[in-house]
Amino acid sequence: MHLAAADLAALIALCRAEIDRHGEHLSALDSAIGDGDHGANMRRGLEAVFAERDAIAALPLPAALERIGLVLVMNIGGAAGPLYGTLLMELGRALPGDAGAGDLAAPDDLAAPLERAIAAVARRGRSGPGDKTLLDVLYPVQAELVRRSPPGDIAACARSAAHSTGPMQARRGRASFLGARSIGHEDPGASSCALLTAAICGYFEEHRPS
Amino acid sequence: MNARADQPSAPSPANVGIVIVSHSPLVAKGAADMVRQMVGDCVPLAWTGGNVEGGLGTHVAGIAAAIEAAWSEAGVAIFVDLGGAETNSEMAVERLGPARAARVAICNAPLVEGAVVAAAEASGGSSLAKVVATAEELSP
Repeated sequence: MHLAAADLAALIALCRAEIDRHGEHLSALDSAIGDGDHGANMRRGLEAVFAERDAIAALPLPAALERIGLVLVMNIGGAAGPLYGTLLMELGRALPGDAGAGDLAAPDDLAAPLERAIAAVARRGRSGPGDKTLLDVLYPVQAELVRRSPPGDIAACARSAAHSTGPMQARRGRASFLGARSIGHEDPGASSCALLTAAICGYFEEHRPS
Repeated sequence: MNARADQPSAPSPANVGIVIVSHSPLVAKGAADMVRQMVGDCVPLAWTGGNVEGGLGTHVAGIAAAIEAAWSEAGVAIFVDLGGAETNSEMAVERLGPARAARVAICNAPLVEGAVVAAAEASGGSSLAKVVATAEELSP
């Protein structure tokens, strides 16, 4: 996985477009089991990152990811802000300090740092597998990275993992107040996480590592 | 952004500060009004509510500003309503750095009752640990 500054700026633009396209759907999912603002919150966060994309892409990758995380925390708000923010900030911190653009040689180089970042998200949300959160997408995606699966397979895994949150009963967040009534609705955080994962994978499918 | 320092004319710097974080600015302000009525001006107090656009929600910058406004060397006790208020508060506290973060506690207590009881305890000059323990006695 060769990640140059231009790639990072393009990935940011891609993620922003993906969230923008699906914003209403994410808010509709959130209306069913939460407070209905997930799409708007995610749009605001991605817009803020997009506005800074050139400055972010000029940073070494660990610092760039940390910055993206901070911008997400400060702008998404809600419950998702601290979770996505923690994921990106910890991912940045988990990469080797001198990792510059292009230093990630293979997708599985990302597996160990992502595992650490996901553990931080779980601590932040005091959640685990099966709680009907974005973790239910992140865990299987990380497992695909360990298996060195191609980007297309990782994207498919993310989508399927998000769908699989439908039958789960929420145990964290506002959806948990609904108890069994949260069953039957896909989790909005898992859904946005799958959208972003699939968008990033699509990019790497088009731009094969050289 | 809705963050208000509800600064008394002469807060005692020795008393623990109280921060109220709600998704709703109206709830946060209302709770702060009740605290002020209960303990007068002798406790540093600040509230914040709403997302960055002023809608229902919480955000880190607003919480951080409220912590600064209610800062006391004796520490700060934070009261939150729903999940995002708690996680956003945690992020705001971590961003203070370890030394100051150690003097801030997010209380596991009901927002209104917790803040009022904590402020009453703080107005007597109690330590942060005592203020937090008194408020958390309200939670089963």
